[in-house]
Amino acid sequence: MALLEVRDLHTSFFTDAGEVKAVNGVSFSLEKGKILGIVGESGSGKSVTSYSIMQILSKAGKIVSGSIKLDGQELIGANEKVMKTVRGNKISIIFQDPMTSLNPTYTIGKQLMEAILLHTDRDKKQAHARAVEMLKLVNVNEPEKRMKQYPFELSGGMRQRVMIAMALACEPDILIADEPTTALDVTIQAQILELMKSLQKELGMAIILITHDLGVVAQMCDEVIVMYAGSICEQGTADEIFYNPCHEYTKGLLKSLPGKENTGKRLEPINGSPVDLLNMPKGCAFAPRCNAAMKICIKNKPDTIAVNNNHHARCWINVKNSLTALQGGDSSA
Amino acid sequence: MHNKSPLIEVKNLKKYFDINVGMFRSKPLKAVDGVSFSINKGETLGLVGESGCGKTTVGRTILHLYTPTDGEIWYNGKQIKNKTDIREFRKKATMVFQDPYSSLDPRMTVSDIIGEPLDINKMYSSKKERRERILELMNHVGLNSEHASRYAHEFSGGQRQRIGIARSLAVNPDFIVCDEPVSALDVSIQAQVINMFEDLQQKLGLTYLFIAHDLLVVRHISDRIAVMYLGKIVELADAAEIYERPLHPYSKALLSAVPVPDPKLARTNNRIMLSGDIPSPLNAPSGCPFRTRCEYATEQCALEPPEFKQVSKGHFVACHKVEEINS
Repeated sequence: MALLEVRDLHTSFFTDAGEVKAVNGVSFSLEKGKILGIVGESGSGKSVTSYSIMQILSKAGKIVSGSIKLDGQELIGANEKVMKTVRGNKISIIFQDPMTSLNPTYTIGKQLMEAILLHTDRDKKQAHARAVEMLKLVNVNEPEKRMKQYPFELSGGMRQRVMIAMALACEPDILIADEPTTALDVTIQAQILELMKSLQKELGMAIILITHDLGVVAQMCDEVIVMYAGSICEQGTADEIFYNPCHEYTKGLLKSLPGKENTGKRLEPINGSPVDLLNMPKGCAFAPRCNAAMKICIKNKPDTIAVNNNHHARCWINVKNSLTALQGGDSSA
Repeated sequence: MHNKSPLIEVKNLKKYFDINVGMFRSKPLKAVDGVSFSINKGETLGLVGESGCGKTTVGRTILHLYTPTDGEIWYNGKQIKNKTDIREFRKKATMVFQDPYSSLDPRMTVSDIIGEPLDINKMYSSKKERRERILELMNHVGLNSEHASRYAHEFSGGQRQRIGIARSLAVNPDFIVCDEPVSALDVSIQAQVINMFEDLQQKLGLTYLFIAHDLLVVRHISDRIAVMYLGKIVELADAAEIYERPLHPYSKALLSAVPVPDPKLARTNNRIMLSGDIPSPLNAPSGCPFRTRCEYATEQCALEPPEFKQVSKGHFVACHKVEEINS
């Protein structure tokens, strides 16, 4: 059984302007000890998916339907008491900006110990020891001294290490990392990614890594989900997504990146601008920007089609291709 | 493509900020500490480095948005010295800012945002001429004429950046400082804007100083690249050369840290891990600024700052150990 099983998740924000369907039928499962990457642009619903799992949505946000099972236990509809044992204990989350997610008025030590005291039955002394141990684990130098310092006294990379220490203090089964390195410089990003990878191996937890950077995904992830306008357009193993992309959006993204192959050439951008979630197109959400769009793409939403066992895509072109393949096999058709 | 006469020359540019460290004491923060380079006509010079290395300050000081502490800035063979020079220079040199959300006035229409530089410099004789010029500029950046009477908040990030670019083109500049112009944009929009920068350069013969931290973007758009660390340029070379054969240990680490969108390559990639953080520019190390994180550092590196010298044609490096490391 998968560790985390998300089925047909719908999350909406009810605003004055109308219902914004931020997550629109997302399904995936996460195995123990795997790193799953969720990529997409701003507004694609990647963060909202993870906030839905943790049930930390803002007031306007609501899970409309779907199922989220952690170790077989249904989380949607579970009461706050159950969720409190899930958050921090079983699933924890680190956010993009380590400055705004740490409380500036408390010391690092106090914030680290708070999480430990809340979720385990350690006393203060043991919690302190555990906090120092965690800081050592994430390679913070002089951990005893850091415990007494305030967030503003640390650099961005250090703060993100503290956030990771806090998230891992109660040995969660799943770590959700929401753009953990976007606010950091590349050399610091490399350090943090390396740290996450080694901790993942050491502690055997699963990671959901949310990012817009395809380079980070390639470096870190076993499996990848590509999201666009609240839906999954393609999912598969990292190798399948990067070397055999089947959805036009994924293809477009990979082609538009500057790299070695297109040095000195024009980039091939994806045309148009991201979709307006208040006015979603009737058919495939990507159709208005898609160069290969057919009539049916504008009229109807495509179904998810298996490209192979490790790879699924939601694109009419794949439906068409698989139909032709079927017909090709049958000479009478 | 571009001819070899320099349009912009920067000689030993310094910019120090006074930072209060006590009630009555202040200390200089050496944001830019002796930077020299030149940019030829029609060329793009990429300026890369991590946050706090002074790359934005270089761009702003060249345009005299900050008064330089020391050093010279030459434009077209003429030094920019007094206020009249600066006023004239700013008609020829403009800037595109990073954040298209905070750099446009929310209370102005698009046509007023783009037209403001024309108003200030009195660059039209009639209302009709002003309007035509604005529409021409909007056309340059791929905006429709019906966008002219709208407000900035009605546009997406990519379109806002187009408005910012149109504004910077209004005075017919030769030289544009592009300060992280695509970092705030979504991946699918970045390529559109990068292409537009390249098209405009071809069409209008522009010269760019392209400041960014995204090394893949910089490689794509730049002819030459300068790498900055703690207020100093540590390496400068042709774009291809610096990516194929970086010589400074910092450039090597920086380039190897860039995550490439290729899982197989990422698995075999031999990343050079730097330990520690960038030191504060308030307490910059003596001698070579990089020595505290450099695995090759010796006593000499702490004692004297390395000379910024040419090691092969057009390839400059500031490192005492450059021959040793790269032999």
